[in-house]
Amino acid sequence: MSSGNIKKSASSRSSGPRRKKNPESVVIAGISGNFGRLLTRRLHAEYPIIGIDKRPFEGKPKDVTHYQVDARRRKAENIFRRKDIRALVHLGLVHRPQPGKPTYREMNVRGTVKLLDYCQRYGIPKVVLISTASVYGPDPTNSNFMPEDTPLAGVADYPEMQALIEWDMYAQSFFWKYPDIETVILRPVHVIGPNVRNAPTNYLRLARPPTLLGFDPMLQMLHEDDLIQAIMLSLEPGISGIFNVVGPGEVPLSVILKELGKKPLPLPHVIARPLLKRLWRFGLSAFPPGEVIHLQYQCMVDGKLARDVLGFRPRYNLRQTILSVKD
Amino acid sequence: MLAGLLQKLRVKIDDLIDPEIIERIERLDTRLNEYGVDPWGFDPNYIKYALPIAVGIYRNYFRVQTTGLANVPRGRVLLIANHSGQIPIDGMMIVLSMFIEADPPRMVRSMVETWSATLPLVSFFFPRTGQIVGTRDNCRRLLQRDEAILAFPEGTRGISKTFAKRYQLQQFGLGFMRLALMTDTPIVPLAVVGAEEQIPSLMDFKPIARLLGFPAFPVTPTFPWLGPLGFLPLPVKYHIYFGKPMHFTGDPDDEDEVLDTKAQKVRRTIQRMLRDGLKARKNVFW
Repeated sequence: MSSGNIKKSASSRSSGPRRKKNPESVVIAGISGNFGRLLTRRLHAEYPIIGIDKRPFEGKPKDVTHYQVDARRRKAENIFRRKDIRALVHLGLVHRPQPGKPTYREMNVRGTVKLLDYCQRYGIPKVVLISTASVYGPDPTNSNFMPEDTPLAGVADYPEMQALIEWDMYAQSFFWKYPDIETVILRPVHVIGPNVRNAPTNYLRLARPPTLLGFDPMLQMLHEDDLIQAIMLSLEPGISGIFNVVGPGEVPLSVILKELGKKPLPLPHVIARPLLKRLWRFGLSAFPPGEVIHLQYQCMVDGKLARDVLGFRPRYNLRQTILSVKD
Repeated sequence: MLAGLLQKLRVKIDDLIDPEIIERIERLDTRLNEYGVDPWGFDPNYIKYALPIAVGIYRNYFRVQTTGLANVPRGRVLLIANHSGQIPIDGMMIVLSMFIEADPPRMVRSMVETWSATLPLVSFFFPRTGQIVGTRDNCRRLLQRDEAILAFPEGTRGISKTFAKRYQLQQFGLGFMRLALMTDTPIVPLAVVGAEEQIPSLMDFKPIARLLGFPAFPVTPTFPWLGPLGFLPLPVKYHIYFGKPMHFTGDPDDEDEVLDTKAQKVRRTIQRMLRDGLKARKNVFW
């Protein structure tokens, strides 16, 4: 960062409640996951990074301060009180639950409520919240390119989906309630890449990915590095809003599987759902049963706003993005 | 080895396809990505195999005759037609007519029922062949891309109506008029003569339709008595009349009554074209 920038942000902060000595720090909540560590590696040259995560941060760079605490603990609040912080980046929804971990909902929504509360109380100027385009929900009645103001109806018939929507709605209410804080909500399409371990990458790494007989929905994907680029653009002063983040294009599921050299396992959808549910419950499948609907109906979004306002352009083309999940 | 055989077979089939069809596919104005698919899921390679059969049906089974095709302007356009015949063959024939007979060939997008997205095979067959789930947002975006869109404002009211009501236009929805005003799109009225007799429905058995989640359950002289075979359309002769483009101006968010007055103009035009078409027709089958 140039000294000019530091001066500017320091003066804009002069009306704040306290003097801060290190005005450029970025707090990353959920830093210990694969994507959090990747983001840290890309970001720590530019901003001092403070991590919050219940999990230990393996391979933490020396210049990163990590607090291994639950966001709901007092210790987490102290981070926001003591440190001088430029922004909070919350990776709430980048990662998906592991088989047999029911705390997903509590973790995400309650933890986020707390963190946003700290941001408001201690005057953090910028909050970047990573939601997902899945909150619109795959549905046969969907328009092909849903804009940001599409109602988050989703198909809220399974708990993970409900948690996603609840999380995003809470983020939105924060955005509207505190106009002084630059809140950015990113709703990326399926994030894939060599590092992230989420439902889409787990699925694409299966030896025989199941598909639903007679269905071949169009999908959008985003390379993990392109999501990092979108987060960096969101950290720029003056940026706030809700943005769909769309990758380089749209392709049928069958094309993705073919490009990856995968032989799909087509199942009638009446069988697929209960089967995958059972496999998941017994920890035999890394594919959350709630995600099956993505193999049936489309959930594509319009990325125009991010293009126009953030200036976001994916750097990876379609083929590079798809092939990035290959080990 | 099997893959090799299949490859050989595909080359054989490719040789069999009418070069005119290939040439027309190549002349379509498309925006494809590196996998040969457009953002809406349209895949010209896919229609390469579906088209020869469809064109065969168009030419030899329904022997479609078009009148006034040159009335369709270049750029964005809404084709508005009467809807009939229990299964949307009328839509397919209109789409084919613009592909086979228009110059340059055009890929008309028809707005299909959201219900179709829930049906196995149909769910991707429609998008791959350029057909789109008919939401207002989809339609607006495609018109802004200067595409040609086919819509049936009667919807299921039209296609599911019984034989006794043939050639009587049902109530028009107003969505098409709103979109035309919003995107400043000319409307070309279409009259399809012939389709209304293809599957003569004696009654629509609604309780079964509701039970199966279908828009209608027609009972015909042959269906359901002969099973699925009884649903085979009769070899009626199709006439498609393309009217002169109609231009409308005004506020797309106007009161329904105002929009309805405009929609009625289109409806009356199509009704008149149907009457004229029926008068000119000598026989249902030739």
